[in-house]
Amino acid sequence: MSLRLDTAYYDLGRLDLLAEKKSPIHRLDPRAKVLTSLVFIVYVVSFDKYEIARLLPFFFYPACLVGLADVPFGYLLRKLVLVSPFVLFIGIFNPILDREIVFQFGFLDISGGWLSFISIMLRFTLTVGAALLLIATTGFPAICMALVKLGVPRVFAVQLLMLYRYVFVLIEECIRMIRAYTLRSFSKKMMPFHVFKQLLGNLLLRTLDKAQRIHMAMLSRAFTGDIHIVRQFSFGMGEIAYMASFTLLFTVLRFYDITDIIGKFILGIDG
Amino acid sequence: MHMADALLSPTVGAVMWSATAGLTAYSARKVQNQLDNKKIPLMGAVGAFVFAAQMINFAIPGTGSSGHLGGGLLLAILLGPYAAFLTLASVLTVQALFFADGGLLALGSNIFNLGFIPCYLCYPLIYKTVTADALDHKRVVAGSILAAVVALQLGSLAVVLQTFFSSITALPFTSFLLMMQPIHLAIGLVEGIATAGIVSFICKARPEILEGTAINTSGSSLSFKKVAIVMLLAAFLTGGVFTWFSSRYPDGLEWSIENIAGSPQAAPAGKIQSTLEKVQNKTSILPDYAFRTKESSSAPATSQSFHNKGTTVSGIVGGLLVLSCSILIGFLLKKTCRIF
Repeated sequence: MSLRLDTAYYDLGRLDLLAEKKSPIHRLDPRAKVLTSLVFIVYVVSFDKYEIARLLPFFFYPACLVGLADVPFGYLLRKLVLVSPFVLFIGIFNPILDREIVFQFGFLDISGGWLSFISIMLRFTLTVGAALLLIATTGFPAICMALVKLGVPRVFAVQLLMLYRYVFVLIEECIRMIRAYTLRSFSKKMMPFHVFKQLLGNLLLRTLDKAQRIHMAMLSRAFTGDIHIVRQFSFGMGEIAYMASFTLLFTVLRFYDITDIIGKFILGIDG
Repeated sequence: MHMADALLSPTVGAVMWSATAGLTAYSARKVQNQLDNKKIPLMGAVGAFVFAAQMINFAIPGTGSSGHLGGGLLLAILLGPYAAFLTLASVLTVQALFFADGGLLALGSNIFNLGFIPCYLCYPLIYKTVTADALDHKRVVAGSILAAVVALQLGSLAVVLQTFFSSITALPFTSFLLMMQPIHLAIGLVEGIATAGIVSFICKARPEILEGTAINTSGSSLSFKKVAIVMLLAAFLTGGVFTWFSSRYPDGLEWSIENIAGSPQAAPAGKIQSTLEKVQNKTSILPDYAFRTKESSSAPATSQSFHNKGTTVSGIVGGLLVLSCSILIGFLLKKTCRIF
């Protein structure tokens, strides 16, 4: 059970480290990246449920980011596989329920269900990949500040920053408690409920005490209920060019069937 | 039961996003108006607690499986509904970004399903009614279990409805519902028992923590119930209207471009095409190569979308080509960026 905690701790740290790198993408204003990611996701999910071919060119965007920002591809892929079960579980019903043959590929009959299943998995890869790349190239504090600039309530942004600050502290505390329990429980596989209750209760009490100490420390540093976020943002030509070019590309890919044109061109079929 | 981007249509995603944005703005104003700046570090720390606590599993006796805490109801009990909603929203945002739970478009739905329902509906209407602001052990246990079960049932119903209205999966409404509700009954029971366990532990160890929130939130409970009900009605109404609209026009973007351009797919310029054709006739690798697709008359009942787009061989060939080019470009960029 502490394995999940360890991986969570590792993941948070790893993504944080990736965001510290220096690359043309990292240097962009976070607002440009947040908005471009949102546009990308909306365009990807707006396709018809049986669409496969026209989703493929959209991989250009994550490929560009992986390349320009030097994000480890294997790590990204592993994370995608780890979170895929829910979508896989819901999507797998499509080939079972929707068996109508809509397409023949040589001897192979392909049903509508398989098409929509593949489409769901492609959407999943693209949207989740975009979210992971956003955090890996921007970093959480920068995203929070971009959100404030984009009109998200300040209290919420401060809450996000506070949460992020204390997640590391509390996960460490949690790992320590679990380790202490494991050492004293003769390698029992799972924790019984009465232990779980006391363990989490104690952790909560410690958390509340910690919050009180933090509050005292903040008060002694002239905290009046508002956190001032000072950070220079520059939304310059680079950001405009980045946003405009990708938005234009997504729009073209969404409304023109580029894949069909290229495919016909290669195969020599008359349009 | 995180909702996923891949199962959502943009219309449903946008409706849930706007509902959540409104709720977040409302909660933020409420928290700011309370002028209790003690809550700010408390929300951060307790949010981090829920985050960590979700990863600790306990054994469910006799089943061999394990359960863990969800946290929505516990947060509402500790912080009151407004602060709890914001805290849970922040936890879900971090999970969506770092652990890819759900996704960014589905974040609106997830905050609504896992935040609004326990904090704004189940906590005031069920938990507070059952416990009647008293710290009686039996009442706390009963209130927590009941509120958690109802919260998870409503939450999973919301997931089913959102998936159904998005119509990306082929699952019929009733069978999806029959699959989800019993599973979430079990999850809700586990959640309720875990919440009750922690709350009764706090009751014994430090009852003043819970007394504080009970007094803080009871004053505004009446107006707040009204607000919650009005908001729920508004959400369902907008949801209903939007989904009716989206089912008449299955693809909002397509529909809007049809209005602008006069045809569902704007045609590329003719001149370029004819030049391309000439080049293509000379260079094509497989001039007489074509695949057989089934006649459209063999599938009259299904949507027209299979036939006119997406499933043609040339589309797939072109798509794969663009995909491999993209990957190649990605790798090349990576190589060049490393050099500099």
